[in-house]
Amino acid sequence: MVPLGYFIVLSAILFCIGVWGVLRSRNAIVIFMAIELMLNAVNLSLIAFSSNMKHILVRFVQSMAPQDAANAIGTATSSGQVFVFLVMTVAAAEAAVGLAIIIYVYRMKDSVNVDDVNIMKW
Amino acid sequence: MENLVVAQIESIVRLVPVFPLLGFLINGIFNKKFSEKAVGWIGSSSVFISFVLSLWSFFLLLSLPPEMRSIESSWFTWIASGSFSSAMAFLYDPLSAVMMLVVTGVGFLIHVYSAGYMRGDGGVSRYFSFLNLFTFAMLLLVMANNLLLLYFGWEGVGLCSYLLIGFWFRKKSAADAGKKAFIVNRIGDFGFGLGIMLLFWTFAAAGRPTINLLLITQAAPELLAGTGIVTVITLLLFLGATGKSAQLPLYVWLPDAMEGPTPVSALIHAATMVTAGVYMVARLSALYVLSPISMAVVAIVGAATALFAATIGTVQNDIKRVLAYSTISQLGYMFLACGVGAFASGIFHLMTHAFFKALLFLSAGSVMHALAGELDMRKMGGVKKYMPVTFAAMFIATLAISGVPLLSGFFSKDEILLNAFTSPFGSPILWALALLAAILTAFYMFRLLFLTFYGPSRMEPEVEHHAHESPRIMTVPLLLLAFLSIIGGYLGFPRVFGGGAWFERFLEPALARSQAADSHLSHSTELLLMLSSVAAAGLGIYLAYNFYIAIPERPKRMAEKFKGLYNIVLNKYYVDEFYNSVFVQPFITLSLFLWKITDVRIVDAAANGLASFFGWFAGQSRFVQTGRFRNYALVFVIGVVILVGFVFLR
Repeated sequence: MVPLGYFIVLSAILFCIGVWGVLRSRNAIVIFMAIELMLNAVNLSLIAFSSNMKHILVRFVQSMAPQDAANAIGTATSSGQVFVFLVMTVAAAEAAVGLAIIIYVYRMKDSVNVDDVNIMKW
Repeated sequence: MENLVVAQIESIVRLVPVFPLLGFLINGIFNKKFSEKAVGWIGSSSVFISFVLSLWSFFLLLSLPPEMRSIESSWFTWIASGSFSSAMAFLYDPLSAVMMLVVTGVGFLIHVYSAGYMRGDGGVSRYFSFLNLFTFAMLLLVMANNLLLLYFGWEGVGLCSYLLIGFWFRKKSAADAGKKAFIVNRIGDFGFGLGIMLLFWTFAAAGRPTINLLLITQAAPELLAGTGIVTVITLLLFLGATGKSAQLPLYVWLPDAMEGPTPVSALIHAATMVTAGVYMVARLSALYVLSPISMAVVAIVGAATALFAATIGTVQNDIKRVLAYSTISQLGYMFLACGVGAFASGIFHLMTHAFFKALLFLSAGSVMHALAGELDMRKMGGVKKYMPVTFAAMFIATLAISGVPLLSGFFSKDEILLNAFTSPFGSPILWALALLAAILTAFYMFRLLFLTFYGPSRMEPEVEHHAHESPRIMTVPLLLLAFLSIIGGYLGFPRVFGGGAWFERFLEPALARSQAADSHLSHSTELLLMLSSVAAAGLGIYLAYNFYIAIPERPKRMAEKFKGLYNIVLNKYYVDEFYNSVFVQPFITLSLFLWKITDVRIVDAAANGLASFFGWFAGQSRFVQTGRFRNYALVFVIGVVILVGFVFLR
């Protein structure tokens, strides 16, 4: 079994790549992809924590009846995974809206360079 | 029966101030909507109605026995706060009855005169509305049954005085004179206000919080006798009186007040408003008699003012200024009377003075009217033949004020001199001062008469060409006032001639008992004193005749001989200059400092500086808002890093 730390480190690396991408690139689509990368890095860590939760909880539920113990572990571990679905849904919605905005900006400016979109200042 | 009369008086009296107020509102609101004539009618008739009502209630009062002649007529509660309350209520007793008759009677005649005098002036409706407002305030002052309402009237007449002195406000000297009158009066009123508060506080501390005049009069001997505080109270109140009634040291505003229209000088600055101080002292006589110190102060200030102002009056060349100093001097007599405990004599002189001084001012106004506004007596002379009626009126008034026997001024002034000599509060010194002032009074009044009406004409030819008698609307009030100036004195016909001193007995219930009234004086002494005052008048008249008719070049020679003295008196003892350099200039300097330095440089600068700093700061910091998405993201990331770092490294 792969230890939890590996997942976390990978997740952190992916997240930082995402942040770096957002800060560095000028292309709106690349920024968009970098944001998706950050979201998925978080998803990865959520899944990892959720699955790791099972090993922790086992020790606490030993005194319970087997059926109750299985229910408790199921409830505790599934919430992290449900959260991942939520994040994915939000990401999809965001992709729809964000791409629409990018297309509109492109129509107006003939460019998807975010540095060209700086009229909201001072 | 008597209760019916009392109820009748109650309902009449409360209507008296209403009509001048209505006149003020009508003329004030419909400013310039009516013709001049209608304005004059409204203004005069409102006061006339008040006069008729005053007269009616006066006769009703006479039908009551003396001990019932003190009637309170309440309208509504004006202010009530804790134990303090002040009602819109009037006190009608012999004292206020006399004052109301003087205010409305003389006031009415002057209103009528004004209708003629002010004809053709653009602001007639403004003039009459102010004059009505003044009558209203003055009536409140003399009718108030409590000190706060009295104070309200007191300030009201001060306001009207200011408005009317500065009536021709486009003239700088008039506007300045108005301000001077107002400010000097404020100094006195400050003391007056403090006096009222101290009085209330003292009474409240004794468990009887009241400012009702009747209750104060009743409770004063019991609560305040022998205490030091009554001296403080009465002196503070007297400070107010010196301001309003133009006594030393606050008399300086009255001569300047002559900048107003002449009828205003007659009504406000001679006949009524300036006597408010005398009225107040008489009204609170119960307090004053409790403090020998205050009585002495009142008497000395009165006598000193009488003499001081009379000396200035002898050398002034402006006809109205002579009359102004004469007013100050006569007011001094009234205070002298109050100070020696002869309050009734003071009020008596107040009344006769109202008649003859109003007459003098109106006659002077008539002369000015005829001579195209000329005020300088050196440019008059020989006016007699052009204006016989005015001359007759002026002549009677001059005789009256000089104290020539059988005219009103003689009786009242003689009574004051008599009391100054014989009263337990009086002294021969006060009498001597007053007698000296009487000589000077006769002198300067006849000087005025001779310079104006007698001798060769010194008028500008053009002015002389237009000289004419005034219209009847002006001369009729003059004649009526002349009639009053003659007979007014017989109300107080002295006992020594078999008279009953009716006026004194009539006022008795309203005033503090003064021992002066009962002094056992031998008839010979009384006659001797009377003779001396007649001699004083005669001497003054003779001197004036000698100086200005017999040997006309003598005044000039005298002036050269005593050049230094003459200049000092001509310049009014440099009191104005003294006040100017000691009080006015330092205050102006201080005010300039407070304005230019403290206010502009410190207070305003602090507020403006703070505002402009934030303006500058905001202007600089808005450049943070670059509009570049990646800058915001970077700041956001840095913020997150700091926060997370803070959480972990804590």
